[in-house]
Amino acid sequence: MVSSMARLAPLVTTSEWMRALPFATRLILQGDAAARTAAAAVWGVSFSQIACRALSQGSRATLWLGPEEYLLLDMSDESASVATLEHAIGNIPHALVDISHRQIAIEISGPFAERILNGGCPLDLDLSAFPIGMCTRTVLAKAEIVLWRNRADAFHVEVWRSFTGYVAGLLREIAREYYPV
Amino acid sequence: MLIIDCPYCGRRPEIEFTHGGEAHLVRPPQPAELSDQDWAAFLYMRSNTKGIYAERWRHARGCGQFFNALRDTTTDHFLSTYKSGTPRPVVNTTPSEEGHS
Ligand SMILES: [Zn+2]
Repeated sequence: MVSSMARLAPLVTTSEWMRALPFATRLILQGDAAARTAAAAVWGVSFSQIACRALSQGSRATLWLGPEEYLLLDMSDESASVATLEHAIGNIPHALVDISHRQIAIEISGPFAERILNGGCPLDLDLSAFPIGMCTRTVLAKAEIVLWRNRADAFHVEVWRSFTGYVAGLLREIAREYYPV
Repeated sequence: MLIIDCPYCGRRPEIEFTHGGEAHLVRPPQPAELSDQDWAAFLYMRSNTKGIYAERWRHARGCGQFFNALRDTTTDHFLSTYKSGTPRPVVNTTPSEEGHS
């Protein structure tokens, strides 16, 4: 992303169970298997054939959002090159959109992570139903989120930027049951 | 909460889905050749079945895909979900014990 664009830190207060993750590169890739194969060669992470699964390698990840729609993340680099991917995919029909500034990421962790998220998300988040590596677009109360379990007790939550205050505030209220103030 | 079985993602809560109207409507290939009455019928007339109804749904806050479902409009029971472009399945019309599955 263009680094001259000033970005305000998201409205997330850090606590023992919630923290904002650093700014990252986020891309949405829509296309068929040929486009994904070409993208994987330069992104360094392949794409899950299985629905609702993420694959990761170092700071980079690919998240299945739909049969032909994937979210590409680079959590360490705010300016991973879209041009390199575009060049690699070339003339294979696809859409590659930079959404780095549309979303921010929050990590919810600790022994109550599932229960805190379930305060606003109706999915079954038990480890047997939502294992490590599972990811999906879903809802958290009135906000759309992408939820990705990357450890047994930690979830990566992608939130549309203007919903950050709402989501963080709601989770903070829910968490009072487990972390009394 | 009603649970709907997305053909791509599996069983998911109702609030992730949006309803898309009656399924298996085929758009006439040459609309200009239709009479106004036939075109209006394609646009507006629906069977609005009381009972088992084939309709489109979209997993809008999930995989984003449209698919079809057979739903009993009197009980809200989903009998089957299937991918768009596949034929309407034949289902046992006896109400299932599972009820609102
Ligand atoms: Zn789905």
